Amino acid sequence: MPKRTDIKKILIIGSGPIVIGQGCEFDYSGSQACKVLRQEGYHVILVNSNPATIMTDPDMADKTYIEPITVEAVEKIIAKERPDALLPTLGGQTALNTTVGLAEKGVLKKYKVETIGADIRSIKKAEDRSLFKEAMLKIGLDLPRSDKAYKLEDACKVAERIGFPIIIRPSFTLGGTGGAVAYNIQEFRELAKIGLESSMISEILVEESVIGWKEFELEVMRDLKDNVVIICSIENFDPMGVHTGDSITVAPAQTLTDKEYQIMRNAAIAVIREIGVATGGSNIQFAVNPDTGRMVVIEMNPRVSRSSALASKATGFPIAKIAAKLSVGYTLDEIPNDITRSTPACFEPAIDYCVVKIPRFTFEKFPAADPTLTIAMKSVGEAMSIGRTFKEALQKGLRSLEIKKSGLETILFKDCLKEIKADGETLEKIFQKLRTPNAERVFYVGDALRAGVTMDKIFELTKIDRWFLYNMKEIVELEREIAELGGSLPTKLLLKAKQYGFSDRQLGMLVNKTSDDITALRKTHKIEPVFKLVDTCAAEFEAKTPYYYSTYDQ
Amino acid sequence: MTNAILALEDGRIFRGVSFGASGERLGEVVFNTAMAGYQEIITDPSYKGQIVTMTYPLIGNYGVNDEDAESYKPFVEGFVVKEYSKIASNWRSKKTLGDYLKEHNIVAVEGIDTRALTLHIRQAGELKAVLSTTETDEKKLVEKAKASLGLIGRDLVKEVIHPKKFEWNPKGKYRVVAIDCGIKYNQLKELAKNNCRITVVPPSTTSKEILQMNPDGLFLSNGPGDPSALQHIVKTAQELIGKLPIFGICLGHQMLGQAFGGKTFKLKFGHHGGNHPVMDLKTRKVAITVQNHGFCVDIDTLNKKEIEITHINLNDQTLEGMRHKKLPIFSVQYHPEAAPGPRDAEYLFGKFVDLMK
Repeated sequence: MPKRTDIKKILIIGSGPIVIGQGCEFDYSGSQACKVLRQEGYHVILVNSNPATIMTDPDMADKTYIEPITVEAVEKIIAKERPDALLPTLGGQTALNTTVGLAEKGVLKKYKVETIGADIRSIKKAEDRSLFKEAMLKIGLDLPRSDKAYKLEDACKVAERIGFPIIIRPSFTLGGTGGAVAYNIQEFRELAKIGLESSMISEILVEESVIGWKEFELEVMRDLKDNVVIICSIENFDPMGVHTGDSITVAPAQTLTDKEYQIMRNAAIAVIREIGVATGGSNIQFAVNPDTGRMVVIEMNPRVSRSSALASKATGFPIAKIAAKLSVGYTLDEIPNDITRSTPACFEPAIDYCVVKIPRFTFEKFPAADPTLTIAMKSVGEAMSIGRTFKEALQKGLRSLEIKKSGLETILFKDCLKEIKADGETLEKIFQKLRTPNAERVFYVGDALRAGVTMDKIFELTKIDRWFLYNMKEIVELEREIAELGGSLPTKLLLKAKQYGFSDRQLGMLVNKTSDDITALRKTHKIEPVFKLVDTCAAEFEAKTPYYYSTYDQ
Repeated sequence: MTNAILALEDGRIFRGVSFGASGERLGEVVFNTAMAGYQEIITDPSYKGQIVTMTYPLIGNYGVNDEDAESYKPFVEGFVVKEYSKIASNWRSKKTLGDYLKEHNIVAVEGIDTRALTLHIRQAGELKAVLSTTETDEKKLVEKAKASLGLIGRDLVKEVIHPKKFEWNPKGKYRVVAIDCGIKYNQLKELAKNNCRITVVPPSTTSKEILQMNPDGLFLSNGPGDPSALQHIVKTAQELIGKLPIFGICLGHQMLGQAFGGKTFKLKFGHHGGNHPVMDLKTRKVAITVQNHGFCVDIDTLNKKEIEITHINLNDQTLEGMRHKKLPIFSVQYHPEAAPGPRDAEYLFGKFVDLMK
């Protein structure tokens, strides 16, 4: 279908201030939307309270309002500008909530503003927990057992019925604010009260805990012809219980067979159709019981999200840009693939590398904050890395965090890597750090492996999938092999270490040499990085505008 | 640690480490872009004669289970990956991929730059190759690859079929005879799901014998190699045109194309993966499809007075589906049974049943 000509002026709501739980990813998606819609000849009106964004640069929109993103302020802008349409799905949760507010106040109806992308009914169906539950049951999908409550006493009754641990999820909030886990009734009373207060409509969902289950996300796109494609699958290293924004995540999914993945894919397609997001991207989260494979739907974001920014960069498929085009009537088969140019955007990217996203925390700047990771997001940023293996990507990502780590370094065994002896006290500290999710847990997993703790024990404490643990074990074993050599570094081992993502600095520390020594050694052995492409198609087609990542391969 | 060498007929050499059986295997080397589903791929009879490389670098992660095989044993000639996972992590896993391959005597290699190999195939076309854990002389290996038979003109079907006819889902309502050219189990499962009782017969079965079984419909399965080498099956299909509803998939579609008087040709590098967009020309809707073919029916050689083009591939505009304008016959180049890959096109099995009602 060609683009719509019945709308001319489009209002885009930005995401406002950058806060914990909502970073600059919505500046990225909103800027893409502004650019695309202007290129298509639409008159773009933008509202965003945050002037420190790209989208508020003078040439991004036809008119930019730097005003608070509230129903009242946006209403005034609508009254003045009289846009034909409002695109609410590219400015994060703030834009979505404001749009719902505008609809409920009758503003959209009064000024005849059409929402494009997702309509109010779909937004509510996805965001309101009980409507969502009803919709999922209708299409035959399994969910964690749950019930909603508006008063503390009712909430306690539900909790007793379902059994602990229990998750408390307030409806209509930002970045999971107020969501929490309770292990007993005392904790529950306290946390449910906070939850009820933080919900815009004083509503919480009391839910069966799926803590420790494997967590997956699918990035889905749909067009007006009802073509649906999955852009990317993501598997969380940190299992359920840690907010996705605080989890190390990996693309594509690593530990699902195709059968299981296709069941999830079909479920995701059924979800976007049932919720009714007409065009654009959505993010759908699933949990899978690691022992039985039982799969439940966790939630759906009827908009581009933090994960879509990751999925875009991970695959080369520009979700926000395509979502903007779909919102004005184009269909996926009419839009060319940005990177190959010769094939259509109606396809599912095939990637031939591994992508790891690692959250960045700054608990040192918030001394009063509890550094335990829960289902409310606490990270302030993230690093994304690409490698040919998980090991390589993980180590690259860890050193990109700017936390003075050059890879999966040890915390506890700095001076004794050759011969690690962990006493009872050290082991207890490790177990404690594994048991409770925290910013440094990945490093403590490394140290647990160094100390000879079995993968089964680590799994029992963390529920991190054994596939991830095994890969980390391979890193740690190679580290020990190199440390034990005590200085010399044979070519073959050096190459293997580079392919495992070790940095020159990290290797230098293991063999008492400087980073420059290792670099020089590498060069004499002609071990140098090559640059491989992110091309959406695993080299099947020629790439016209790819981007690159470094790796140690041919 | 045993070394392994993949030598291509044009002289290109890739070195890695064995993680399967030891030995030496010849085959045409092809790449598959699916990111999961290696168990289905290894056991797909259509890969007879081919050494398969996975473009996704991390393979073996979830092991091998008892349910996901697509035939009674693996058929790839060799298997080439970037990194083999020594740990299998999945609640259904029964063994590691390496153990499974060793058990079935399949040669496999890891540590190969599979992206470099894929790029090479994209540029040079699919090449004859040899994968060896026993020979270290590169020159000898290249000569062996050059001297190997390749796929063109070879009947590989006879090497993969079930030796005897058998029944699947005897309680089904619609009686289907499936000519086994290397049939995937999921085709049978999908037909069964649609209430079919399937008699799977070897391709030597004559049209007369098939009609004597009094079926409601005929199914032509997928299979390996060059359709031009299978004139006896094409002839059988030809004799049944107009007598039974017919549904063909992949090789079955190519043979139907020939039975309709069309010609097939070999693609420079085949379609092997689970992300190919195919448009239904009637609804203009796109399905993400599973593909596994090196040969293709030439659109221009089909008699458009009789045959309607129903589906095309949006990546390269090749033929993906056709139907007879008057008779209840249709076929697709892609794999509606998926396994592995998206299930967008499963509904086609229901369409076949509709023709038998």
